[in-house]
Amino acid sequence: MADAEIIPLGTRGRPGRGSGSSNPSAAARNLVGGAARKEPSSIKPKPAPAEAPLADRPTSGTTATDRAPGAGIPIGDWLGAFSSAAKEVFGDSWEPRLAESLALLRRRLTGDYSVDEYGFDQEVTERFFLAAIRPIARKWFRVEVRGAENIPTEGGALVVSNHSGTVPMDGMMTAVSIHDHTGRHLRPLGADLVFKLPIVGEMARKGGATLACNDDAERMLSNGELVGVWPEGFKGIGKPYSERYKLQRFGRGGFVSAAMRTGVPIIPCSVVGAEEIYPLVGNIPSLARLLGVPYIPITPLFPLLGPLGLVPLPSKWLIEFGEPIRTDSYDEGAADDPMLVFNVTDQVRETIQQTLYTLLMKRRSVFS
Amino acid sequence: MGRVVLVTGVSRDLGGRFARLVATDPSVDRVVGVDVVPPRGDMGDVRFIRADIRNPVITKVIAGEDVDTVVHMSVASTPGTSGGRTSMKEFNVIGTMQLLAACQKAPGLKHLVVKSSTTVYGSCSRDPAMFIEDMAPVRMPKSGFAKDTVEVEGYVRGFARRRPDVTVTMLRTANTVGPMVNSPMTQYFRLPVIPTVLGFDARMQFLHETDLLEVLRHATTAGVHGTFNIAGDGVLMLSQAVRRLGRPTLPIPAFAVSSFGSLIRQVRAADFSPEQMAFLTYGRGVDTSRMRNVLGFEPDYTTAAAFEDFGRSMGPGLVSPERVAAVEGLVAGALGGERG
Repeated sequence: MADAEIIPLGTRGRPGRGSGSSNPSAAARNLVGGAARKEPSSIKPKPAPAEAPLADRPTSGTTATDRAPGAGIPIGDWLGAFSSAAKEVFGDSWEPRLAESLALLRRRLTGDYSVDEYGFDQEVTERFFLAAIRPIARKWFRVEVRGAENIPTEGGALVVSNHSGTVPMDGMMTAVSIHDHTGRHLRPLGADLVFKLPIVGEMARKGGATLACNDDAERMLSNGELVGVWPEGFKGIGKPYSERYKLQRFGRGGFVSAAMRTGVPIIPCSVVGAEEIYPLVGNIPSLARLLGVPYIPITPLFPLLGPLGLVPLPSKWLIEFGEPIRTDSYDEGAADDPMLVFNVTDQVRETIQQTLYTLLMKRRSVFS
Repeated sequence: MGRVVLVTGVSRDLGGRFARLVATDPSVDRVVGVDVVPPRGDMGDVRFIRADIRNPVITKVIAGEDVDTVVHMSVASTPGTSGGRTSMKEFNVIGTMQLLAACQKAPGLKHLVVKSSTTVYGSCSRDPAMFIEDMAPVRMPKSGFAKDTVEVEGYVRGFARRRPDVTVTMLRTANTVGPMVNSPMTQYFRLPVIPTVLGFDARMQFLHETDLLEVLRHATTAGVHGTFNIAGDGVLMLSQAVRRLGRPTLPIPAFAVSSFGSLIRQVRAADFSPEQMAFLTYGRGVDTSRMRNVLGFEPDYTTAAAFEDFGRSMGPGLVSPERVAAVEGLVAGALGGERG
């Protein structure tokens, strides 16, 4: 290790943040104290004697010029610092955990992982997507889950949920709640638009989503996956705040016929709280048509506050999974009977609507 | 008496190798190879007849040689060798029409095997995850090889209706990769820096070249009627495939892709046709259960294994797995050594 070449890091001893500018940053000027702020030129590199009075001040601490380039520190110290930092982050058993993280990084870099036929990448979903969403679900929205025992622990099932919130945050929260309670991955069915958009479509496929069409839904269900569907679609997610918690039309009931053909249970899921995260008070239909998207949302904070307006309001969330509605008792050909399909669709819709009203009664206020 | 097999397109690499392979099959008596240019290298037991399938002369070949099995594999995916898109289309579509017309006039014909491609399904954002053989493309291919394939399949279906006594096997093969394959797809993966479409990651399936030859041989001798998707097991994402090769990528925003593609085409680095770019954007998956259950064929290579074999033939890239593993070992060793 002793003969390793050391590459100096940082600002090469000059003040500032390594941006190349010789002017010190505002934070650096504050460190130096009042006198220096009046005459910033005094902290520019110059002969040592001029610096002496500054160094005497107790408030000055470390000035920017005191920082030595990395060349002065032996590599052993770097490693020591690194291992103690690793101990801080990973705890006492840092070594195996660090090795694990390195192995994960290597697997990702060399493509040594597997995806299923829909493009679902379990590793990236568990280690990155769910890990990023989990704190939001727990700390920001304080999601409370009821009826998780209604989700079958194995075999195909179709979770049908209401849709709201301008941005499909409810889908992600439902997915993370299901994973934390049952260990299963929810496989969402997404609209066409999701897969047309760059980045969004890619992430959706990696996260386990696939296109909402009968072929894919039946294929997933017959393979024993837990499939999630939001039949209201854009009508639900982009509805104005004044119509909150009023379920929209449930499409053509395609999800019911998919469940009937595969004989899997339908689990109604009611999400309360998502309506308030981005209250939709307006829309720009002409711009939306121009961009080819279903709506351009205007919320009380967006676009008024710019990017800050993208922070969702911290409403309190309740997610309730209802009792499974069995579809395996219907005889063959039931899926092609429109009247029966409409009846079951209405039954699911009514269940979710009634549960929404009950949950709203239980919630003390929007934010608690 | 054994079979007499006529193979079209034997002067191309895969056609020639298939003709030699099928000639070794015990149930096959004779193999006749036709193409417009003489094949390079030794053709073994294959009898080569220089004939253009766009010309009615092919009728005489089929009748004169007592052919009972025709394997049509001269549908070209690149205009490269056939000189321009116009002649490629003429060769693919008119050639197939003439060949099928000749087949219809041949009373002794028993089997027809056509090598088609999964490009008939097209590629778009509204595709189902896995195509089965009965599904129609969501968006019809409008140009290029994909459109040729759609038209060729249409003529083959027409032929199957008119000659119900002939067993017609149509093989829709996924992108073939292997050390010897030279196709738009392998050219693409041989680029030193691989351009991708920013924000999209295509799902891909590959078929190893030996599996392609094997499935054609199996279809020739088994004589199962129908259309079959042929692909290795499993799916690779484009990003994953590129990482396995250890090559750097160059993501290009979707709006700039078509102009970039024509630039690449002009410098002849690789062939970026519109349908290939759609494939690299959205990808495609095909269901192969009918290949297993009805055709009775099981590929030796999975998608990942086929691609690995192809990657081995190219040598490691800039960020090869070995280098990454070496760096990992170095970092872990340095930290572990410091502690111990």
